[in-house]
Amino acid sequence: MKLKRKIVGQVDSTSTATVAGSSTGLLGVTVNRRNFLKNSGITAGGAALAIGAGPSMLKKARAADTYAKAGVETTEVHSICTHCSVGCGVIAEIQNGVWTGQEPDYDSPINMGAHCAKGASLREHGHGERRLKYPMKLVDGQWTRVSWEQAINEIGDQMLKIREESTSDSVYWLGSAKHNNEQAYLFRKFAALWGSNNVDHQARICHSTTVAGVANTWGYGAMTNSYNDMQKSKAMFFIGSNAAEAHPVAMQHILKAKENGSKLIVVDPRFTRTAAHSDQFIQMRPGTDVPVIWGILWHIFENEWEDKEYIRQRVYGMDDIRTEVAKWNPAEAERVTGIPEAQLKQAAQTMAENRPGTIVWCMGGTQHTIGNNNTRAYCVLQLALGNIGVSGGGANIFRGHDNVQGATDMGVLSHTLPGYYGLSEGAWKHWSGVWDLEYDWIRNRFDQGSYEKSGDKDLKPMNTAGMPVSRWIDGVLEDKENIAQKDNIRAMVLWGHAPNSQTRGPEMKLAMEKLELLVVIDPYPTHTAVLPDRKDGMYLLPAATQFETYGSVTASNRSLQWRDKIIDPLFEALPDHTIMYKFASKLGFGEELTRNIEVNGEEPLIEDITREFNRGMWTIGYTGQSPERIKAHMEHRATFDETTLQAKGGPLDGEYFGMPWPCWGSAEMGHPGTPNLYDPSKPVAEGGLNFRARFGVERNGENLLAEDSWSVGSEIEDGYPEFTADMLKTLGWWSDLTADEQSAAEGKNWKTDLSGGIQRVAIAHGCAPFGNAKARATVWTFPDPVPVHREPLYTSRRDLVDDYPTYEDRKSHYRLPTRYGSIQAEDYSKDFPLIHTSGRLVEYEGGGEETRSNPWLAELQQDMFVEINQADANDINVRDGQMVWLEGPEGGRIHIKAMVTDRVARGVVFTPFHFGGMYQGKDLLDKYPEGAAPYVRGEADNTTMTYGYDSVTQMQETKCSLCKITAA
Amino acid sequence: MARMKFLCDAERCIECNGCVTACKNEHEVPWGVNRRRVVTLDDGKPGEKSISVACMHCTDAPCQAVCPVDCFTTTDDGIVLHDKGLCIGCGYCFYACPFGAPQYPQQSSFGARGKMDKCTFCAGGPEEADLSDAEYEKYGRNRIAEGKLPLCAEMCSTRALIAGDGDEIADIYRERVLRRGGRPQTWGWDTAYTEG
Repeated sequence: MKLKRKIVGQVDSTSTATVAGSSTGLLGVTVNRRNFLKNSGITAGGAALAIGAGPSMLKKARAADTYAKAGVETTEVHSICTHCSVGCGVIAEIQNGVWTGQEPDYDSPINMGAHCAKGASLREHGHGERRLKYPMKLVDGQWTRVSWEQAINEIGDQMLKIREESTSDSVYWLGSAKHNNEQAYLFRKFAALWGSNNVDHQARICHSTTVAGVANTWGYGAMTNSYNDMQKSKAMFFIGSNAAEAHPVAMQHILKAKENGSKLIVVDPRFTRTAAHSDQFIQMRPGTDVPVIWGILWHIFENEWEDKEYIRQRVYGMDDIRTEVAKWNPAEAERVTGIPEAQLKQAAQTMAENRPGTIVWCMGGTQHTIGNNNTRAYCVLQLALGNIGVSGGGANIFRGHDNVQGATDMGVLSHTLPGYYGLSEGAWKHWSGVWDLEYDWIRNRFDQGSYEKSGDKDLKPMNTAGMPVSRWIDGVLEDKENIAQKDNIRAMVLWGHAPNSQTRGPEMKLAMEKLELLVVIDPYPTHTAVLPDRKDGMYLLPAATQFETYGSVTASNRSLQWRDKIIDPLFEALPDHTIMYKFASKLGFGEELTRNIEVNGEEPLIEDITREFNRGMWTIGYTGQSPERIKAHMEHRATFDETTLQAKGGPLDGEYFGMPWPCWGSAEMGHPGTPNLYDPSKPVAEGGLNFRARFGVERNGENLLAEDSWSVGSEIEDGYPEFTADMLKTLGWWSDLTADEQSAAEGKNWKTDLSGGIQRVAIAHGCAPFGNAKARATVWTFPDPVPVHREPLYTSRRDLVDDYPTYEDRKSHYRLPTRYGSIQAEDYSKDFPLIHTSGRLVEYEGGGEETRSNPWLAELQQDMFVEINQADANDINVRDGQMVWLEGPEGGRIHIKAMVTDRVARGVVFTPFHFGGMYQGKDLLDKYPEGAAPYVRGEADNTTMTYGYDSVTQMQETKCSLCKITAA
Repeated sequence: MARMKFLCDAERCIECNGCVTACKNEHEVPWGVNRRRVVTLDDGKPGEKSISVACMHCTDAPCQAVCPVDCFTTTDDGIVLHDKGLCIGCGYCFYACPFGAPQYPQQSSFGARGKMDKCTFCAGGPEEADLSDAEYEKYGRNRIAEGKLPLCAEMCSTRALIAGDGDEIADIYRERVLRRGGRPQTWGWDTAYTEG
């Protein structure tokens, strides 16, 4: 042994948070967010784990053997990650029923083996130490184990009593983006057969303004292209999206594009991890998305960079946009957004000179009182540039949860049935036909009263949108005279939902305490289990995770993938669809729920559920993806190209991975799926499309159909309306239908013809079943037809309120009074001077209960914190790492750690929303069922987030509120 | 003969910590011990860069040079392994290591040091690989013996972290650098080609 010269490179550390003696070399002492948090010590359960380490060797801290053994038979199971919407393939290794290994799925064309922190830690799900293990009932304030039978019977009896006294609308069914497609579909059907539209899920509070805004612009409200297709983008414009933390594996495609010369522009109030990789970073004031976009479009119009021919052929209403954009000259744009002219001009020029370019947005754009204006403004920018319907372009809207796209498509929403059919009588008749149920029987399941009018016509609860998840607390707390249903919400079922992801925490606590019955169905207890101070009337039922069951899941790019079951449900957990069947049986409609579906024991057969929605979802082409086809795509996933997602050779030659919807017609028709929406460069039969004819054929004398533009191979070489039986007759194509198809199609259209004949014949003639129209830049049915800026309800820019006021209060929207102007009228900015915005961390997902219960992730983020600019911190005499109180104008306050950083601008603070299990300074550890508390608990930032809902969808405002911070 | 190396491409690293949890997953390393960590410089400021760091399996390893009980071995593939049977937990290797790779499990509330732990390049210990429970408990899973590469790199979300034969990873990285050619935004460009 010989001594070598000293070669330790000293890191220039300026950390103020380093704890003496705790340093562990370069891995420990650099200044970064992790270090800041690490030094907070091993609070919250960490200590117990660390002490478990053995005396001399690196011994496992676990009780059970969960790792792979040599010489034991190992089987491989393929599944899909259950965290975000990227849809990463997962390979699990199983020994004796235990999940002992995880390998990269190199064959998946979506992730090619890659994972983020969450995906790389999935195997921990197989240990489940902090899971909710048994059905629990709250008795005298204590969690008591009960049997499934007792729980279902007691809950069911109470629900039936409430139904008797207050109608079916007093029970609220809150579903989940964590359900697979089959469970989500069955859940929506379940609510329909219970007889209420009080059903919703996370999409309401993540991308509802996208779905509404985008669908009303060009037809469908989904991501138009794919993560993979971004490799072909020459410019990428991110606004309100932090993909590096929220969709990390998508960055693989994005950074490849960048290496090929694509320009990356990031617009955000924070200098995010994504911004760190950008070519241009533009820091905006929260809530000014419309002015940012119009400010950019001002330069595009000024320099005539728009695609005039594209606009002539394929866009309606751009002149109205020009009028509005003209107001957003550089000076006004800077006054409102805070962005200097040069930056907006540079972004405009970059987008103009680098086509095709794509736009990406997420919660930063959607979660506002004017979220629908924001999403439409983004669309208009892309339409002006001619970037929609082209590979490398598109509106790449990154969805959040793994199956939020699927659950949205399945209509787990208070305003529609599956497939966006809506709630009209026609929609109900369509679905009752698919379900083999009498329409009248379903109608009689609903309250027959009437609480709203449309003109002189009485509206029935069956046909009016139920309460959205963002407002269920008002359904409980609001005076029942003010709500458009018979009675308040009296029973609440949170079936795979984190309440800490919703605003107005203190009022939520009150609502949870006022409810007569509160039921949580989830693999974890969730923040719901510990937030309310209750003594009884509450149940926790353990649901299986998606690794403990199987079925299809829809990624953000509209591709369907199949998960195989990795392990059996742990402890007494049951798959969600089994629990649905149990409840339906108890509540008296088990047979109706499963009329077309085989039930084994109490488990409805997943494949039969897939086949049932295949029979009904004509609107968005969920008809061609049979279970057999999806499974074949999984088996042959290695044959798909990582950029185009198209199979080259092999048994699926020419098909697109996961048959991204619309996958038109029946499975037998073999449509390959649609990789990029509205792309006319391919025939419809090969995945091409054009904009949908959804808004009529003309308006005020102007043609709404496409002009001189059609998808390749169309026999109608111009715009055309959506296909109906009559249209086929007029075109002379009726005889192309078989006799059986003719009898099924008579009087129907492309959405309601259950034979699929109308779609088949339209496509055979090269036409899109939904017609060929222009996109519309102005949505005349919305409160603001042309997207305009309106200041947030809680704004610190009082000087802008007169110029850009919010809406007037509304008496009834989604059954509830909704406030706007009456809140904005009051100036809170003196007492609450800081703008409060929120977002994600890469280690956690959603409300975070699952990920904070995973020690491999929890260790990396042990403290809830607030990012605050150095100047603001100095103004209030707060230092990095110090505990502070953050208080909102509606009274909620949270006790958290200050992180002083330049990441946020002066005047803006940021909090992550994944924490829960603490409330206004109090750790709620003793309120969890024994052994089921997450390792890391922290204050929910939504305890301080305030009132504010989108004018079209009731999306909650979480991206610009106000707060004050004081040293604790 | 292959010479195993890690390379972390700072242009690609997004600090997602996939490598960190992949390591936890594969070896069930206890809370508080991190064989791999992502380090971020200029956090929250323009120029922010992240890089994933673990034992770099040095050719002329300082830890090996200073170890008083000579517990280190460099394998034929260039992987630096240490024998936990011999290790006395003195912490001298920690002083020597330029990367802060050695980790010490906490034994008590006062943080006294246990036997050193570090990245094994997923190759177990210096003893002959037997894929036994004892080997797993000491060193974690032995992927190299199974013909696989380190899981941290295999799962890296953006392919920033690359592991394998030094010649091959150099080829991969060289191709990337070439592809990025002509992009004056490349990290280090300013240092290399402008004043200051």
